[in-house]
Amino acid sequence: MIGKSVPRVDAYDKVTGRAKFTDDMILNKCLVAKVYHATIGNGVVKSIDTSEAEALDGVVKVVTFKDVPNHCYPTPGHPWSVELAHQDIADRNLLTGRVRYYGDDIAAVIAEDEVAASRALRLIKVEYEEYPVEIHPRKSMRGSEHPIHLDKKDNILARSNFFIGDVDKGLKESSAVVKRSYKTSIVQHCHIENNISYAYMEKGRIVVVSSTQIPHIVRRVVGQALGIPWGRVRVIKPYIGGGFGNKQEVLYEPLNAFLTMQVGGRPVKIELSREETFANTRTRHSIEYDLVAGVDEEGHLLAKDMHAYSNQGAYASHGHAIAANGLTSWRLQYACPNMRGEAYTVYTNCPTAGAMRAYGIPQASFASECFMEDIATEIGMDPLEFRRKNLIRGYYEDAYLKPIAANTNGIFECLDKGAEYIHWEEKRKAYAHQTGSVRRGVGMALFSYKTGVWPISLEIAGARLSLNQDGSVQLQVGATEIGQGADTVFSQMAAETLHMDISDVHICSTQDTDVTPFDTGAYASRQSFVSGTAVKECAELLKEKILDYARTLMPDEKRELDLDHGWITAGGEQVMATEQLAMESYYSLSNSSVLTAEVSKQVKKNTIATGCCFAEVEVDMKLGKIKVLDIINVHDSGKLLNPQLASMQVHGGMYMSIGYGISEQLILDEKTGRPLNANLLDYKMMTTMDTPELKADFVELNDPMGPYGNKALGEPPAIPCAPAIRNAVLNATGIAFNEIPLTPQRLVEAFLQAGLI
Amino acid sequence: MYDIENYYNASTIKEAVTLLKEHPDARIISGGSDVLIKIHEGKMAGTSLVCIRDIKEIKGVDLMESGDIYIGAGTTFSHVTSDPIIQKYIPVLGEAVDQVGGPQVRNIGTIGGNVCNGAVSADSVPTLFSLNAMLRIADGTGGRMIPIRDFYLGPGKVDLHQGDVLTHIVIPGKEYQGYHGHYIKYSMRNAMDIATLSCSVVSKVNPEKKILEDVRITFGVAAPVPYRCVETENAIKGMPLGEELLSKVEEMVRQEIHPRDSWRASREFRLQIGGEIARRALMRSIELAGGDEA
Repeated sequence: MIGKSVPRVDAYDKVTGRAKFTDDMILNKCLVAKVYHATIGNGVVKSIDTSEAEALDGVVKVVTFKDVPNHCYPTPGHPWSVELAHQDIADRNLLTGRVRYYGDDIAAVIAEDEVAASRALRLIKVEYEEYPVEIHPRKSMRGSEHPIHLDKKDNILARSNFFIGDVDKGLKESSAVVKRSYKTSIVQHCHIENNISYAYMEKGRIVVVSSTQIPHIVRRVVGQALGIPWGRVRVIKPYIGGGFGNKQEVLYEPLNAFLTMQVGGRPVKIELSREETFANTRTRHSIEYDLVAGVDEEGHLLAKDMHAYSNQGAYASHGHAIAANGLTSWRLQYACPNMRGEAYTVYTNCPTAGAMRAYGIPQASFASECFMEDIATEIGMDPLEFRRKNLIRGYYEDAYLKPIAANTNGIFECLDKGAEYIHWEEKRKAYAHQTGSVRRGVGMALFSYKTGVWPISLEIAGARLSLNQDGSVQLQVGATEIGQGADTVFSQMAAETLHMDISDVHICSTQDTDVTPFDTGAYASRQSFVSGTAVKECAELLKEKILDYARTLMPDEKRELDLDHGWITAGGEQVMATEQLAMESYYSLSNSSVLTAEVSKQVKKNTIATGCCFAEVEVDMKLGKIKVLDIINVHDSGKLLNPQLASMQVHGGMYMSIGYGISEQLILDEKTGRPLNANLLDYKMMTTMDTPELKADFVELNDPMGPYGNKALGEPPAIPCAPAIRNAVLNATGIAFNEIPLTPQRLVEAFLQAGLI
Repeated sequence: MYDIENYYNASTIKEAVTLLKEHPDARIISGGSDVLIKIHEGKMAGTSLVCIRDIKEIKGVDLMESGDIYIGAGTTFSHVTSDPIIQKYIPVLGEAVDQVGGPQVRNIGTIGGNVCNGAVSADSVPTLFSLNAMLRIADGTGGRMIPIRDFYLGPGKVDLHQGDVLTHIVIPGKEYQGYHGHYIKYSMRNAMDIATLSCSVVSKVNPEKKILEDVRITFGVAAPVPYRCVETENAIKGMPLGEELLSKVEEMVRQEIHPRDSWRASREFRLQIGGEIARRALMRSIELAGGDEA
C-alpha cells in the first residue's frame, strides 16, 4: 500500500463539488463582519466617529479598538512552549489605535449582510496623527522616534548568530574571496480560498469554524486573545482551499470569536476579500543578505560568512524563526571548516510576514545558491563541479541542533539525474559563446530541508482508530488535510500496517477540537513524518488488540496470528473473517469490548531531505522576457508514500518557485507602505499559459527516521527553481541578477546598462 | 454580493436611451467585466444599472454592400474572434481581442464595452484606431457617427453623455481593403493580464511588394489615450521594405510616444519595449502582405 499511487481519498467529493468548505457550512441568518483598515502606514488614531455607521439600516453593531481587551496575544502556528523564554511574542490586540502598517485593523462592523457592512465601513470617520513610514529593515533598525513596538526601541525584533571555526582566518588563507549581496521580494501565498471563518456560541462556549491548517492552535490562541479558558473554545476545520503557511497562523479567528460574543452569540462571518488576503494576512519575508566566502586554489570552500536582514513588517507573527531557519541551512550541506552567520529580524511598516512554504529557506537558498554560482564563475569553475567538490557526501549533522542530521543523503544522485536530464555538459558548451539578442542558458540550484521542527520546537501528534462492525476501521487524526493529500497517505499507512484494503480505512477529514486527537497541524513538512509515526503506532496497537481478541475467540489456535485483507490468519491460513471478529467485539453476550486504539506521540527525531533543480531558459533580451524551456526538480525525500501525490507536490512547489524567481512580488508604496498590487491582476502569479512543462523525479533512499522511510516533501519543491532560473539567465546572458523576481523591467534595465541591447 | 441600487433591463436601443435619461444615476452594463469590478472595489458601489445585454440589434458582425463592416457593440470578444467576416477581412482585430483576459472574460466581455470603458490598455482599441474605425452612437435624437480617434478625451474619459449608447463600430471598406495588420500586446503574463504597452500596425505594401505604401501605428498605454504615431507613419510611408525601414520605425516610435513612469513599468523600459514591438508588429504585417524584404 505504501509506495502505490492510490487515488486521493477525497478526489471524487472534491471534483464533484460535494466536499464542504467553510463557506458551504455557513448557518442561516449569519451576520457579516467587515474590518475597517487604516489608511495610513504609521501613526495613531486621534479620533474615530462611528455614529453614522451605527445608524445605517442593517448594521447590528460597530466595535473599535477601544472596545477590545487590552492584553496582547501571539499569532503564529507554533506549538505552545511551557518555557517562558521560548513562547511566541505577544504583540497584537484584536483591534488597534496604534497603526503600524497601511491597513492595520482599527474597527469592525457587524451587519445583516455584506452590502450593509461595506456601506457602514465607508461612513466611519477616522483622524490620525501620522508618523514617518519605514519599509526597509536596514533603515528601520536604526531606530525611530516612535518605535513600532514600544518594547523594541531599535525596531529589532531579534538577532541571532553562530560561529564554527575561525572565518577571518579562513578568509586570509583563501586564494580567492568573493563578496556579494542578494535580496528576495515580499510574496504572498495566494491560496485559492481566501481566509474565512464564522463563529457562534453554544452552551456558553464559542465555536469557530475556520479555513485553517492548525485547528488546535487556533483554539489555544482564541482562548489567549479573549482571556477565556481554552476549554470554552471549540474549533472546527472543514476542507480548505490551500494554505501554504498563511493558514499556519491565527488570523481573524480571535476577532471573529470576540464579535459573536458582542452580539449575544449570534453567528458572525468574516470572509476576507483577495485584497485583504494580500495586505492583512501574512506574506513571505523579504530578506537581504550580505555574503562572503573564501576558497582555496582547488575551489574548496575555506570560509563562509552570512549577514541577513529580515523584513518582519508590523507584527511579530513567526518572527525570527524564519531568518534563523535560513542561518541553520547556511551551515548544512556544504563542507566548510569556518562558518559564521548573523541574522536580524526587524519590524517595519510593511504587511506582516509569517510562514510560507519552506519557512525561510527559499530566501536563504536563493542567496546561497546564487552565491555558489557566482563563486564558481569568479574562479572559472563549472558551477556543478564546484558544488560536487564542496558538498558533503553521506551522513552529516547540524553542529548545534541535535539530532538534526542527514541520516540519508541522496544529493549526489539527485545532481546526476538532473544533469543528465538537462544535458548539462553538452549545453554548457553549446551556450558558451552566444551572440544576438535571444540567448539560451542552463542553470541549477540545490537545497537541504529539515523534516518537522524538533528540537527547535515540540513535535506531537495524535491518532485514533476503531474497528467497525464490518471489519473496516475509522481513522481520526489531528493532522490536517490542506490539499496536499495527507488524508490519503494516512489512510495508506493505516492500511499498510493493518494489512487492509484502503477502501476499508475511513478517515475523518474534519478536525473538531472537541473530538479530534491533539496534533499541532499542517506545517514544516512534518505530518507524514511526525503524524505518520502516530498513525503507524496507533495501527500497530489496534492490530495487537485485534489479534489479542482473536486469541480469546480461538483459544486452541497455537499458530501465529496475523491480519490479511479481511481475514485473521493463523500460520498464513485464513481462520476467521475480520468482520466476524468485529461483530463479536460489538455484540458478544459474554465478551464484548469494542476495539479501539489511541496514540498521542511525541516525536524526538528529525532528518534532512534534499534535492535540486535544473533549468534551461531562453532570454529575449530586447523584450526582457525569460522563457523556461525545460525544468526539472529531483528530490531525495526518502521513500515515496504515494508517487503520484509526490509528483503533484513537486509540480505545485515548482510552480511557486518559478513565480518567485520570475514574476511575483508584492510592491509597496515607499511613502505610505500601501500595497500597490494587492490583487490577482497586478500581482503576477503565473497562469497556465506562463507555466512550463514541469518535470519531477526522485531518488528514493529508505530513511531510518521516517515511519515508512519517508522524509520531508511538502515544502522542499518550492525552494530551488528561483535560483536555478537566475543561474540559467546568468549562463545565457552573462548578467548576474542579485534580486528576484527577474522581471522584464529588471532585465531590460540591466541589459541596457551592459550595452547588450 | 454586489452593491447595486437599481437594475433596469433594456430590450431595445430606444428603451436603453429612455431608461438612461429617466435615471441619471444609472450606468450601462453589458458584459459587466469592467463594471462589476468597479462595484466590487467600491468605486461604483451603490450605482444603478441599465443592462443592454438583451438588445439583439447590437450583436453580431455584418458586411455591408458598401464594403463597410458593422460590429455590434454588444458582440462578445470570442464572437468577434470566431466571426467569419472578421477572420476573412480583418483578422488582426479578431487576434487582438483574443488576447483579452482569459476565455471566461472573452465570452462575457463585449467590444463596445472595451471601447466605452476608456481604458488606455483596451486590447481592441489600438487596432480600431489603426483601422480608422467609426463609432455609431444612439442618443434618441438621430445619433451621430464619429471617428474613434475623437472619442477618447482622457484617461477613462470618452465622449459619451448620459443617454448615449454606442451601438456599432464601423470599419469603412477603404480602411481595411488591401491592408494587413498585426497586434502585439506586451504584458507581464501570457493570459489574464492587461497590456503594459501594446501596438497595432496596419499596413499596405505596393503591388510589387517592395515599398511600404501606407501604414498606421497605434499604441496603447503609451500616452493618456490610445496614440497614433502620425509622425512616424509619415516618415516611413514610401520607404522600401527592409532593415532600414524597421530600424527607422523602432527609433522614431521611441521619439514619438510618451509613456509614463509608474510602479508598473518605467518610462525608459516602455520606450525600449515600444520600439521593439513596433518593429516586430510592422515586420509581421509586411510578412502577412507577402513582403519578403523584412
